[in-house]
Amino acid sequence: MNLLTNSFSPWMAGTGSDADIVVSSRIRLARNLKDIPFPHLMDENTANNVTKEIEKAISSRSFKQKFGKTEFFKLVSLAPIERQVLVEKHLISPDHADGHPRRAFACTEDERIALMINEEDHIRLQVLLPGLELRQAYDIANMVDDKLEEKLFYAFSEKYGYLTACPTNTGTGIRASTMLHLPGLTYTNQIPSLLNITAKLGLTVRGLYGEGTKARGDLYQVSNQITLGLTEEEIIENVISVTRQIINQERMAREVLYRENRYALEDELWRSYGILTNARMISSDEAMNLLSKVRLGVELKILPEIERSVFNELIVATAPAYLTNLAQRNLEPAERDRERAKIIREKLKIN
Amino acid sequence: MLCERCGKNPATMHITRVINGQKTEMNICTQCAQELGHTLSFNFSPQLTFQNLLKGLMGQDVLSEFGIPGNVGERKKCPVCGLTEEQFINSGFLGCSQCYETFKDRVEQALRKIHGSAEHRGKFPAKTGGKIKVLREIENLKKALNEAVSREEFEKAAELRDKIRELEASLKD
Ligand SMILES: [Zn+2]
Ligand SMILES: [Zn+2]
Repeated sequence: MNLLTNSFSPWMAGTGSDADIVVSSRIRLARNLKDIPFPHLMDENTANNVTKEIEKAISSRSFKQKFGKTEFFKLVSLAPIERQVLVEKHLISPDHADGHPRRAFACTEDERIALMINEEDHIRLQVLLPGLELRQAYDIANMVDDKLEEKLFYAFSEKYGYLTACPTNTGTGIRASTMLHLPGLTYTNQIPSLLNITAKLGLTVRGLYGEGTKARGDLYQVSNQITLGLTEEEIIENVISVTRQIINQERMAREVLYRENRYALEDELWRSYGILTNARMISSDEAMNLLSKVRLGVELKILPEIERSVFNELIVATAPAYLTNLAQRNLEPAERDRERAKIIREKLKIN
Repeated sequence: MLCERCGKNPATMHITRVINGQKTEMNICTQCAQELGHTLSFNFSPQLTFQNLLKGLMGQDVLSEFGIPGNVGERKKCPVCGLTEEQFINSGFLGCSQCYETFKDRVEQALRKIHGSAEHRGKFPAKTGGKIKVLREIENLKKALNEAVSREEFEKAAELRDKIRELEASLKD
């Protein structure tokens, strides 16, 4: 399956608005079928029926014509390591990779549109685009949702909106998020206050990789917490407006770093570049940390030009499950570190 | 749920501790969590997730409504999926779309606490939403009508009034 061996997905293109800071934009819609127990309470038979109904809805000719060909499979048909690759590619959640027989997955060939079937809800529809393109992502998600609804009966109440397994998603069922690269705010120690402020606005900011405030690769995700009482458009505008404010802060932080610490910064960024282009073994943590610095160096025009898509692709291409799956055998940690160093050297090579 | 340590306050935190390689999990109150924080140096990782927070919030209401556990009144059960009110409170998860009706009061309470609202204002499916769509349009037209009247644009107001009547008639069919 190309899906598992190809490290490049369209969300990594490095295009779209404000792509120097916004890696990608994601819309996720939670939907359930009427009068059928939510996944955590459903038996195998019901799970199979739900899966079949959704499969039918996405394999109709009109669906294919509009959104392209889709791949569809049950997750038990994949090896654990392959399921993990889908997590690393941001196509499924870690929960969905747990190997439970009820779980299924579908996505278009270009990976823009993905469906988790029988995760927390019967359907979790995701649209992932590069850059700050949340409105466009919602337009696509909305169209897919309409198309699915032609064939399916959704659980919906006039009062509460779309009904979901957890009340935290009820109403619009929407989660709008942006993935941001924030080295400037990280090195100027402003992340804690950022987390504080956004919490007050009904949004959450969290590190995309790693735990707590220490985010690997300085990659953060901003998303809405509230899904009820506002329209989809209002929710999306909130996320966009906060994202824009963070973008401005990040640009200012980068300027300050450059102005106040120019020589120390140049030294640090060139050293990081030196390690990445020469290392023969590198851990996942070190790679993420140094790639963040080199990316900053390229954006500040201190380091030679490297395309943004290269950095985005390397997030997946250097991840443990992806590397192991590509080798088609179990890799010792040391072997994996060698493979990772090799891939980074090749991708960063200047022509 | 009550704090598993002091048994007095509602539990608001789910804590996983690793002692000598043994993993233990418990639900405790904020106060106890603070106290434990002083006695445990590392190996201490409180998981204050949204889910657990929600569980804590609903647990508090259970206490005030039913008194202490073990002395509870009659509890509801969903006729479609079989989920009990207690299961909903403990997990924070509903079992099916009917549960929203079965546990209406508690669900509304939870929705208000999480979202600050229990009224959907967003998209609706074409199949079930036909009527709502018209109702919302009427609502918007009425607003426009009031504005038109206040600006003394009577021609426009008459136009809007006709449109509203037309839509209201369509609802009766
Ligand atoms: Zn306690
Ligand atoms: Zn139910």
